[in-house]
Amino acid sequence: MSVASPAPKQSPLRNSRWSAFTHLVIVRMKELKREPEVVFWVYGFPLLLALGLGIAFRNKPADITFIAIVQGAAAQDVSALIDHSPQKALIHADILDKPTALTGFRLGKYDLVVESDGKGGFQYLYDPARPESVLSRAEVDDALQTSAGRTNPLPTTAVISTEPGSRYIDFLIPGLIGMNLMNSGMWSVGFALVDMRQRKLLKRFVATPMRRSDFLLALAAGRLVLMITEVGLLLGFGALVFHIRVLGSVLSILALSAVGAVGFAGMGLLTASRAQKIESVSGLINLIMMPMWIFSGVFFSYERFPAVLQPFIKALPLTALNDALRATILEGSSLTSQAGRLLILLLWGGISFVLALRWFRWT
Amino acid sequence: MAAAIQCRDLRKTYDGKVEAVRGLSLEIQGGECFGLLGPNGAGKTTTIEILEGLLAPTSGEVTILGRTWQKNSREVREWLGVSLQETRLSEKLTVRETIELFASFYREPRFTADVLDDLQLGEKADAFVGKLSGGQRQRLAVATALVGNPKILFLDEPTTGLDPQSRRQLWDIIRNFQRGGGTVLLTTHYMDEAERLCNRLAIVDHGQIIAEGSPSELIERLGGHHVVEFEASGSAGDAGALNLWRALSGVESVRHDDGLVSLTVREPHLTIPALLEAVEKQRSQLLRLTTRQASLEDVFVNLTGRHLREQ
Repeated sequence: MSVASPAPKQSPLRNSRWSAFTHLVIVRMKELKREPEVVFWVYGFPLLLALGLGIAFRNKPADITFIAIVQGAAAQDVSALIDHSPQKALIHADILDKPTALTGFRLGKYDLVVESDGKGGFQYLYDPARPESVLSRAEVDDALQTSAGRTNPLPTTAVISTEPGSRYIDFLIPGLIGMNLMNSGMWSVGFALVDMRQRKLLKRFVATPMRRSDFLLALAAGRLVLMITEVGLLLGFGALVFHIRVLGSVLSILALSAVGAVGFAGMGLLTASRAQKIESVSGLINLIMMPMWIFSGVFFSYERFPAVLQPFIKALPLTALNDALRATILEGSSLTSQAGRLLILLLWGGISFVLALRWFRWT
Repeated sequence: MAAAIQCRDLRKTYDGKVEAVRGLSLEIQGGECFGLLGPNGAGKTTTIEILEGLLAPTSGEVTILGRTWQKNSREVREWLGVSLQETRLSEKLTVRETIELFASFYREPRFTADVLDDLQLGEKADAFVGKLSGGQRQRLAVATALVGNPKILFLDEPTTGLDPQSRRQLWDIIRNFQRGGGTVLLTTHYMDEAERLCNRLAIVDHGQIIAEGSPSELIERLGGHHVVEFEASGSAGDAGALNLWRALSGVESVRHDDGLVSLTVREPHLTIPALLEAVEKQRSQLLRLTTRQASLEDVFVNLTGRHLREQ
């Protein structure tokens, strides 16, 4: 204040080489923490997605088929045969008069109606358009025949697979980690930069002695810090809630994620290198990410796409990241075995970064 | 000693078409407060951003304290404090965090607490930027420019859109900086601001300087220090009538604007009786008559035939 007597001269502040960098990182973290919607999209949304899809595609107990047996002399025989068959746990049979049985069948309460044909055999009433009815007929026929003494000419056995590692959720979680690294890399870098350019904050920064490289490094460092929590959260959630077995070392997974995070940050930087408006960069980011959501095997295997597309799909950065994450998390593969995929990621990130530096507009 | 800011024959052409700056030369000495005055679109912002090293000129030279942007940009940046026309600082940071961030960019910044004090932002130190009033935001913008302990302060329209009290607060801050030996270059389209703050100013129009000098020199150059404005019934604005007014005693120049006739005069006590007589002779009636001190606005209108606030 002007009324105060002149303050004694304090020794001037001297900033170290990295003071700008550290301040930029800290400020970025604070800003993110203070935006609740950012916290939701980065952490809440992927967890909800994992939870929802994990529940929807959880391993259900084998389906039980409900059948109606029409009352009559043979009804008890049918019931007894089923009870002695190996499939007895999968078949629930009710003995009913014919009209009730038919009504139940029509309403979908029963998948199949079994009736004596009056010649010592049985007839099935089923609907070929209803898959559960078709299945039920095969199941019940199998049960009756086996129970009545049929022997199979070809011995076969069925093994049930519900081991952790081969379930849908095991496939899904690494894909979600990859997708999340892409989403937050592209959005947090691309969006933040264009927003700052639009607000003329970038211009204001370059009007100071701040090194431009420090600013970009701080963005990358911010991504890495967030990456650790994002990956940790999704992986921990998968392990705790869905009992996913993480076979690879945590260090390899984090190293791989770091390469992915920085690679996508480079692509975000390129996307944002010239755009002046949030709207235009949003469109661009979605345009770039869309093919990868579909092709890169986030929610389902890309093997389903035609063979001609496979080389193209495998060259996408998210495909490389997802494949490498799955190999590391689910199979415990080493980083060196993923060198090819890492190279794809590094090329995408590196080339984007170099181009971005050439085209980047600070003002 | 080298001038604080010097530029010679500065030109800037956008996309090879729009000539925003057309051969502009300036020399601003250390300790001066220099104003670039002109209407919107005159090329003020382009000029100041070239001087700040944010835009490359199409041609021309700039030196800041004897150094050029090409060779010594990092060093020069340490000497400058810049407030752009419109910077929206991060709303989710506090005032203190914002100033500390900017302080971290400089080798030897000032203490944040001192800057907060100087700019009367102490009470708001822990408030989020998003919660500040327009005047407080503008003071914060100037605080981020002052925290680097600059030798030269660039302010692009620092008080545009502020209430009178906030403007006055900012003027005090600028004067204090100048009193401490700092050099100030500011752009404005407010006449009163230029008259009060600037030691010297340049009037810019269409990318060129059309007049330069201290505010009083510029007004002096108008010829008269007083302006007599009147409105009369009948044909006071006709060409013939305008010649009649011009011939009146002590009149330096005549302008006619939407029924209002303005006479720039040296001695109003001689001109006004003559004017009343002339109006009477014409058998018309005086509807309005005012006299006032000539201002920079009059200088501008006289030079360009347009008002400053017009496009």
